[in-house]
Amino acid sequence: MPTTFFGWVWFLLQKYGVLFLRGTGITMLVAVSGTLLGFLLGLLAAIARTVEPAQGAGKGRRAAVKVLHGIMNVYIQVFRGTPMIVQAMIIYYGAMQYLGITMNEIAAAVLIVSVNTGAYMAEIIRGGILSIDKGQTEAAHSIGLTHWQTMTGVVLPQAVRNILPSIGNEFIVNIKDSSVLNVISVSELFFQSKSAAGTYFRYFEVFFITGCIYLVLTLLVTRAIRLLEKKLEGPDHYVICGSQSDSASVITVTEEK
Amino acid sequence: MENVLEIRHLRKSFGAHEVLRDIDFAAQAGEVVCVIGSSGSGKSTLLRCINLLETPDAGEILYHGQNIQTGGLSMPAFHAKVGMVFQQFNLFENMTVLKNCMYGQMKALGRGEKESRGNAMKYLAKVGMDQFINARPRQLSGGQKQRVAIARALAMDPEVLLFDEPTSALDPEMVGEVLNVMQELARSGLTMLVVTHEMGFARSVASKVVFMDAGVILEAGTPEQVLDHPQQERTKAFLANVLK
Repeated sequence: MPTTFFGWVWFLLQKYGVLFLRGTGITMLVAVSGTLLGFLLGLLAAIARTVEPAQGAGKGRRAAVKVLHGIMNVYIQVFRGTPMIVQAMIIYYGAMQYLGITMNEIAAAVLIVSVNTGAYMAEIIRGGILSIDKGQTEAAHSIGLTHWQTMTGVVLPQAVRNILPSIGNEFIVNIKDSSVLNVISVSELFFQSKSAAGTYFRYFEVFFITGCIYLVLTLLVTRAIRLLEKKLEGPDHYVICGSQSDSASVITVTEEK
Repeated sequence: MENVLEIRHLRKSFGAHEVLRDIDFAAQAGEVVCVIGSSGSGKSTLLRCINLLETPDAGEILYHGQNIQTGGLSMPAFHAKVGMVFQQFNLFENMTVLKNCMYGQMKALGRGEKESRGNAMKYLAKVGMDQFINARPRQLSGGQKQRVAIARALAMDPEVLLFDEPTSALDPEMVGEVLNVMQELARSGLTMLVVTHEMGFARSVASKVVFMDAGVILEAGTPEQVLDHPQQERTKAFLANVLK
């Protein structure tokens, strides 16, 4: 048996390396799919909340829009207002006790993280939409684009670019907070670490390793989001076309920062 | 001659404030109507009602005799036929100049990519911005942005263009380049409704000048009638101030 801290770390890495990797894989799977699906849910919720009844819409349509807004409000309030660990227990055991369904743990994990993230994303995206000058929406309507076309083609691409830092935040939170899903036996990183630690009672060393893995994951994600931000901004230069004296000559104009 | 646009008894309030009070007027094909008046007189609201960016409280807006709200017109088709140019340009910031002029054609009119591109290039050349198709709006000057915005509206092949103070947000140097483009358009026979403070433009290009004050049309007529021989005291006072 090892006698030093680093001796234990090395020993545990050799013995449980595969376990750690598998746990990391599940954590990333849940965090990535949960964030993506949550983003989509948030988008739909945010678009639904920005829908306004069309000019001269009838009573029925107005009521339908009201009901839609109401449902979205309840969804956001409930899932932002309760801890994810409690949501996990209610959904997982509720399905088991009352519907007789034993959910696949990973599917349950993705569902819970998505729905939870969606509630936060809805507000973030709504803020992003509001940050885009209303004039562009009016211009879009003035050339006959529908609400959906305006949203998907004009407003959301800009809104998403503006809220990318917040989306990155949600992603990082999901990497870390998916650890609470160990309460429904999802075999993510924290769950695996717990079982690894239990065998030799080396909690400190095991969770030191676990902490390092979480840190590396979140650092990588932060970097990736930065790169994506840069890319979405588009090039900071453009080429003037068709110079009159020489069609092959190219004039590049670089933006002043 | 048939009226392309006709407005009857139009009213609009924002809360207790009545911005438009019983507006009546008409524009015929090829006419350039300049709407003048001080800030808050309802000029912009009138334009925004015509384009249904605001819902009128009462009255009718007829396009070729058809009520635009109840006449069963398809909204995308109507919007394509009656375009608008804004004071703040309102270009789509996430698209290049070319894409700005193509997106509406492809989505609202269902035109193919090639046709949209050709049409966009035609109008970008007309406003002198065809060299800048790859630029993004944030990389352009105000005058260039406004010319692209005009090309974007023209690319929908409209019958009527509404201009809402198109030069008010521009540096004095850039006003000329935009007014030149508009003058060119007027000469080509496009029906235009222009809210403006450019009296020189109104005098030389308008076929009709409308003076608005406190939500009503006080005076309307040829540029000579309204600008040179105003009948109302209010019009005289306004002109004395702006022509000073």
